[in-house]
Amino acid sequence: MRRVAIVGAGMTPFKEHFDLGIKDLVPMAVSEMAGSVDKGLDRADIQAAWFGELTTTDGFPAGILADSCDLMDIPVTRVENACATGNDAVRNATYAVASGAFDVVLVVGADKVRESSSRSTFWEWAKLTRDVAWDYPVGLVAPANFALHAARYLHESPATREHMAMVAVKNHKHAVPNPKAQLRYEITVEQVLSAPMVVAPFGLLDCTPQSDGAAALLVVSEDVVEQYTDHPVWVRGVGLGLDRVMHQHKADMTSFPATVKAARAAYAMAGIGPQDIDLAEVHDCFSAVELISYEDLGFTDRFGAAAYVASGATTVGGARPVNASGGLKAKGHPPGATGVAQCVELFEQLRGHASNQVDGATTALAHNIGGPTAVSAVTVLSSEKG
Amino acid sequence: MNAYTRPDFRLPPQPTAESAAFWTGGERGKLLVMRCRACGHFFHPPAPVCFRCRSLDVAPEATSGRGTVAAFTVNQQQWLPGLPPPYVVAMIELAEDHDVRVTSNVVDVDPKDLRVGLPVEVFFEEWGEGEDRVWIPLFQPATDTHEGELA
Ligand SMILES: [Zn+2]
Repeated sequence: MRRVAIVGAGMTPFKEHFDLGIKDLVPMAVSEMAGSVDKGLDRADIQAAWFGELTTTDGFPAGILADSCDLMDIPVTRVENACATGNDAVRNATYAVASGAFDVVLVVGADKVRESSSRSTFWEWAKLTRDVAWDYPVGLVAPANFALHAARYLHESPATREHMAMVAVKNHKHAVPNPKAQLRYEITVEQVLSAPMVVAPFGLLDCTPQSDGAAALLVVSEDVVEQYTDHPVWVRGVGLGLDRVMHQHKADMTSFPATVKAARAAYAMAGIGPQDIDLAEVHDCFSAVELISYEDLGFTDRFGAAAYVASGATTVGGARPVNASGGLKAKGHPPGATGVAQCVELFEQLRGHASNQVDGATTALAHNIGGPTAVSAVTVLSSEKG
Repeated sequence: MNAYTRPDFRLPPQPTAESAAFWTGGERGKLLVMRCRACGHFFHPPAPVCFRCRSLDVAPEATSGRGTVAAFTVNQQQWLPGLPPPYVVAMIELAEDHDVRVTSNVVDVDPKDLRVGLPVEVFFEEWGEGEDRVWIPLFQPATDTHEGELA
């Protein structure tokens, strides 16, 4: 397979875009991406596109991308894989370029969660990822799916709600310098612990906000990379992993096997291991999910996440910063855009001009999990071609 | 203080050919869970094929209705009319087959007394009328149970 690189990246702010539709956000992200290509991008160079979108509020997704970006002469494929949609779109585009089918392709992710009212969001979006016929009669909402895992994780591991709070505090702090982030203010552990409870052990500040936004990447082959930049970011590995949708047969509630499988595939393709990852964007839809993911991604030992976060290792300035962008928790989480935006952040980090720059990083990892925990996608990026 | 009272409203399930046994077994006081006759394992939710051994020789079978709490969350927000918080959503590990868990509410318990491993037993709450009648399986702390036998 050919080597594949990202040579352009852009995104809209993640926020409540009440005045903009998907058809507005997508071309805005693509325009910013095109502006980031060092040697310029001729739109006619784009040969194919993959569009990650979980739910559509403006109609037929592939058509909206082609129409709103005036890409009428190329194939466009919609990708939908629950909250792993963004990094799965990156994965599909990577394979298409690596195979030799295309040299220059577009990856876009977008979603508008705030199209739904706050009260109905969990019901409307839960339907996309779960057989809710089993959930409605007992009043189980989407956050409770993760809360059950978190509760069992707190039961078995040394982690406490304080450790969960440390994740939220860290990611809010990271978001402050990020102009694209939705929640740019600091919070304290005490505020997290005293916030209104949603579904125990998750209080309000353990949860991601509801966001709208879009993100875009330009993915090219090694054969043409020099036409676009002298500083590409290489897609070194991609991986996708699955697990059971329902809780009923998840033997171990304290780990997400989908993540373990996706990471294993991405590390193997990259020819590296977790020890080589300098920084990461991890799917912190709920605070405890970031803790569990530290272990599933191999950043720390099983049940080592509490000590790991408390050590400051994952704070910017630490050994392996996680969610320097603010993460889903504070940057925001429009699901289809989330994974693509993680790669936008890492593209900027590995080229040395991120808003919350981590110095000296060469290799980074992006991670999504969704459905609620049935699918994970992992992407490994590096400034080194390897 | 936590004596359970039937809520004003639940969104009752609409049973399918596969799920009807689970939702209506309560009429006769039975928690019916799908079991594979080929490999002997229970599985849930119901399906026409055993996911473990792919046998088609599957049918609902009565269980003891006993189990233990594998994980729980206390819901503190009102998402649905008629289902006022706080209420407990839990995964119940069935006594017959520890790999099978049923997601339900645990009631008649102070959330402070809930814990992983708590023995519970099923009871049923009838909803709907005529052909739409269902018996939703709910759980309460087990009476007259030795925790060891379920551990
Ligand atoms: Zn079987």
